Amino acid sequence: MSITLTEAAANHVKRFIESRGAGMGIRLGVRTSGCSGMAYVLEFADQQDEDDQVFEDHGVKVLVDPKSLIYLDGTELDYTKEGLNEGFKFNNPNVKDACGCGESFNV
Amino acid sequence: MALLQLSEPGQSKAPHQHRLAAGIDLGTTNSLVASVRSGRAETLPDERGRHLLPSVVRYTDAGIIVGHDARSAAVSDPLNTIVSVKRMLGHSIDEVQSLGSLMRYRFTRQETSVPRIQTVQGERSPVEVSAEILRVLAQRAEETLGGPLEGAVITVPAYFDDAQRQATKDAARLAGIRVLRLLNEPTAAAVAYGLDAGSDGVHAIYDLGGGTFDISILRLNRGVFEVLSTGGDSALGGDDFDRELARWIMQQAGISDDVDHSMQRRLMRDACAAKEALTQSEKASLEIELADGGQWQGEMSRQQFNELIEPLVRKTLVTCRRALRDAGLTAEEIADVVLVGGSTRVPLVRELVSGFFNTPALAEIDPDRVVAIGAALQADVLVGNKPDDEMLLLDVNPLSLGIETMGGLVEKIIPRNTTIPVARAQEFTTFKDGQTAMAVHVLQGERELVSDCRSLARFELRGIPPMVAGAARIRVTFSVDADGLLNVEAREESTGVNASVEIKPSYGLTDEEIGTMLRDSMENAREDLAARQLREQQVEAQRVIEALSAALAYDGDELLDARERAGIDTALSRLVEIARLDDPQKIKSQVEALEKQCEFYVERRMNRSVRNAMQGHSVGEFE
Repeated sequence: MSITLTEAAANHVKRFIESRGAGMGIRLGVRTSGCSGMAYVLEFADQQDEDDQVFEDHGVKVLVDPKSLIYLDGTELDYTKEGLNEGFKFNNPNVKDACGCGESFNV
Repeated sequence: MALLQLSEPGQSKAPHQHRLAAGIDLGTTNSLVASVRSGRAETLPDERGRHLLPSVVRYTDAGIIVGHDARSAAVSDPLNTIVSVKRMLGHSIDEVQSLGSLMRYRFTRQETSVPRIQTVQGERSPVEVSAEILRVLAQRAEETLGGPLEGAVITVPAYFDDAQRQATKDAARLAGIRVLRLLNEPTAAAVAYGLDAGSDGVHAIYDLGGGTFDISILRLNRGVFEVLSTGGDSALGGDDFDRELARWIMQQAGISDDVDHSMQRRLMRDACAAKEALTQSEKASLEIELADGGQWQGEMSRQQFNELIEPLVRKTLVTCRRALRDAGLTAEEIADVVLVGGSTRVPLVRELVSGFFNTPALAEIDPDRVVAIGAALQADVLVGNKPDDEMLLLDVNPLSLGIETMGGLVEKIIPRNTTIPVARAQEFTTFKDGQTAMAVHVLQGERELVSDCRSLARFELRGIPPMVAGAARIRVTFSVDADGLLNVEAREESTGVNASVEIKPSYGLTDEEIGTMLRDSMENAREDLAARQLREQQVEAQRVIEALSAALAYDGDELLDARERAGIDTALSRLVEIARLDDPQKIKSQVEALEKQCEFYVERRMNRSVRNAMQGHSVGEFE
């Protein structure tokens, strides 16, 4: 079981948490919704829930609930730039197909 | 693969339901767009990393160019290159032509007073030109955020009137942007510093741009910013610093005043560069290419620069003092001072402003971007990306709303600058005995007399039960909704009869009318007050005359002997005479004199009515 961050992703997370002024790390998850079945959750984390799994990479704490972890195991969170747009990207080996926009996926 | 942003806990949106929002600072010289991503509000650069978009639109045969490329053509193609369009927004053609410097465009005169600028692409209104700027910014935001914008918050100067605000909204609509809200620029700056989350207090926003200066005094009251006063100078800014510096260079280098345009531009550019260098270092070296091909070298210290510009900065402080006085405050009562505008980078400006308000000025956020950043924060809240939806209600009504009262006076119900939506009620009463109807005349404006204000609507409340004057209680409620729609209702409290009317106050009001109305109210404040005092005394005299005449006709002969009656009659006719003159003091003292003279008569009337009421009853019944 593992979740990793690229260095770029970790640096951005640290910077965002610093400017927000609060947060112990980030929460990754999946929700059942969207056009292809599931959608990613990417949020600031202020508290750890009892059954959360906690990973740490490049000094960033990543919280994942056990249900989501099944679909996220092995995921690498990256931060990239595409044209003017920039943001986080999930490199998730479990994904079989994603909808055109990539915002939701199927395993 | 779509790129994701960090959300607040529990605020992750379902796919395709990300609510993208932007804040737009539509400036006179430069414009900016900002958005909140992963909890940070930042201005968004273009593909070449430039944040500022010059507010310049150039119309060519090949298409429309906005921004840096348009600005470079301002000299070569001045007629088709529109700069500072914001100064024209919401103004009539007459006002625009009185702005002088903008006269260089060719305008088409039309029946509507909206100015239309002739370009190679045909006629364009200021709203259309502004829309081109907004379109580019919105497009930049959509490309950066990776999806269509839900809406945008657009900032406007605090002194913008209804017409100018409407024109800004129209421009946004034309650019395909949903306006979440127009936000006052100083309020946006205050929001950027999080002052809205702080404790209630008064803040000053000092905005010194390239060509304009604005000072706004805001009061934070339960999460809502109220504009207490504004002031400014539409022809004072950093460009004037450059001009002073250029003049100094010309003196030092022995350049004569009649240099050609390109030399002048070069001088201004060098002066601007020196000014910027002097914000960082104590000295700047100057190298000027002379017209004869030679070169002049010199050096300027920050001290010398400060001496050159100090009179200009002092001038802004005079305006600050006036704005404080308008707000009825002293500099000590200001909690925070926020610096806005590129020219506030000049160390002397910071020093003098901090000194004047006796508090270190807030300047951590880039003063060029702070307004856009505040707008972005507000936009983020308005589209619902924040856990606790704190909706700030920041729109204000531009002119006071009120009704006509006796004597042709205006009673203001909702004062100018009240944040909307708002509802205010006031009680009125009848003026005459047995009065069964009341005319409600709704007015807009700052003046004291009905004749000087704008009439919005009239309606009548009928079915008031006959009562003695002053006994009826008629509640008039003014409510203005978030879109500025006014609803006026009059209701007689004992019977519940009511009548109402709905009005769009700004409808049909041309821009120059609002401006003139505001100006007039300030220029005529003293005369208006005098007129009001006179009318009030006249109305009071009229009321006394009518009441006394009615009483005399009813029981004067019965209760008064001939001598008493003659005395009262004389005093009464004297009041009738004096009430026609225009001396409120005299009217007042004669009303008092008459009332004194009638004291015994009033007493007799009361005794008699008590006696009448008790007649036929035994004393026991009253115990």
